[in-house]
Amino acid sequence: MQQIINFILRNKSFLLFALLFALSIFLTIQSNSYHKSKFINSANALSGGVYNLTNGITQYFDLKEQNEILTEENNRLKSILYSNHGYQESEVDSLPYVPNFKFITATVIKNSYSAYNNYLTIDKGTKDSINVDFGVISSKGVVGIIDNVSKNYARVLSVLNTKSRINAELKKTNHFGSLKWDGKSPEVVQLIDIPKQAEIKIGDTIVTGGLSTIFPKGIPIGSVQSFNLDETGNYFILDVRLFNDMTNLGNVHVIENINAKEILSLEPTDE
Amino acid sequence: MNSSIALHISRFVLLVLLQVLILNHINFLGYINPYAYILFILLFPISNNRQLFILLSFVLGFTIDLFSDSGGIHAAACVTIAYLRPMILKFTFGTSYEHQTLKIGTSEIGPRITYFTIIILIHHFILFTLEVFNTSNILLIAKKSLFSSIFTLIMCLILTVLFSRNSK
Repeated sequence: MQQIINFILRNKSFLLFALLFALSIFLTIQSNSYHKSKFINSANALSGGVYNLTNGITQYFDLKEQNEILTEENNRLKSILYSNHGYQESEVDSLPYVPNFKFITATVIKNSYSAYNNYLTIDKGTKDSINVDFGVISSKGVVGIIDNVSKNYARVLSVLNTKSRINAELKKTNHFGSLKWDGKSPEVVQLIDIPKQAEIKIGDTIVTGGLSTIFPKGIPIGSVQSFNLDETGNYFILDVRLFNDMTNLGNVHVIENINAKEILSLEPTDE
Repeated sequence: MNSSIALHISRFVLLVLLQVLILNHINFLGYINPYAYILFILLFPISNNRQLFILLSFVLGFTIDLFSDSGGIHAAACVTIAYLRPMILKFTFGTSYEHQTLKIGTSEIGPRITYFTIIILIHHFILFTLEVFNTSNILLIAKKSLFSSIFTLIMCLILTVLFSRNSK
């Protein structure tokens, strides 16, 4: 017994180091599994509060730019409203006419795009009836999916995250695949598992698919920049240039699918 | 003694805020960010209380992780360099470290740069290895840690020069 205590006392620095290092590794591994990073995320009162405070100051610097983005969106929506075409024929997605989805506006208070796994923090939380697995879009396209909420803040798993998988399809042919990111450029994401029968041209529009309960069908994502067959030769890998400028996000919309629970209860959940 | 504790607490808070509010958003050439918060570990006074030092480094890394949604990667890297620091000090400063007369703020520029470089390289390598968490991207890890290290080193040297002039 004496020897054990002596051993601990002699190596206490190393033991403390080993303990803390193991703890950090544990936290890292845990944060790598989706929906499990409960302990450390920026949607807590401390970091959320600090980010909110600084965002209160810094948001004035790009007010003009954000205003232009909003005016642009307004123009687009007005042109739909006053045009004689039917809604289905229009260029724009059919978002406002889908009654199954509820929209909540929020402000991005922390954005990151240079890391390998990027997250955003927004200033709305459970208090504003936001919950895990709600989609987040901006006026130009998809931003990400909520993966953690606290009372006043929520964390968004950005599309620029190597763990992110979003169901997406070609706008003209409905061939679908999943959208992921290779961690390289914040402007380009990859769409994988598109069957090779699909006819793809550079510049084709990619939109969200209706297969997931998170996003409504038809939200714009980006346009095809280049495409290649994968190793097996059966599927295409597409490089998709995002419509969204992920480095400059101000106002976003959080989407709640009101029927999500009902749809999920019908589908087997073992993905 | 009290004023030195106050100095370290304020240094801790200021470096964390500097890191999460400004330096994390530099993104030079798309992905290069300096991690100047480890200046707290670099400049921590040399004392015999290694346990406290390791614990404080963990808290520092943990705080940065909290703000940047990165799991425990900063904490792991910080604990490692805190544990290895005495050996690196002995290697770079030699006798003046063993005689307990060393003060990093007033040390010579040559060994100081060596000491900073070694610690920064170790820290960044662990940081990016854990961030990418994939050995097939070893080239990306090397690239990221090398370029960020250069940036961090310059940043740390500028900060130490700027703030040491007052104390003289």
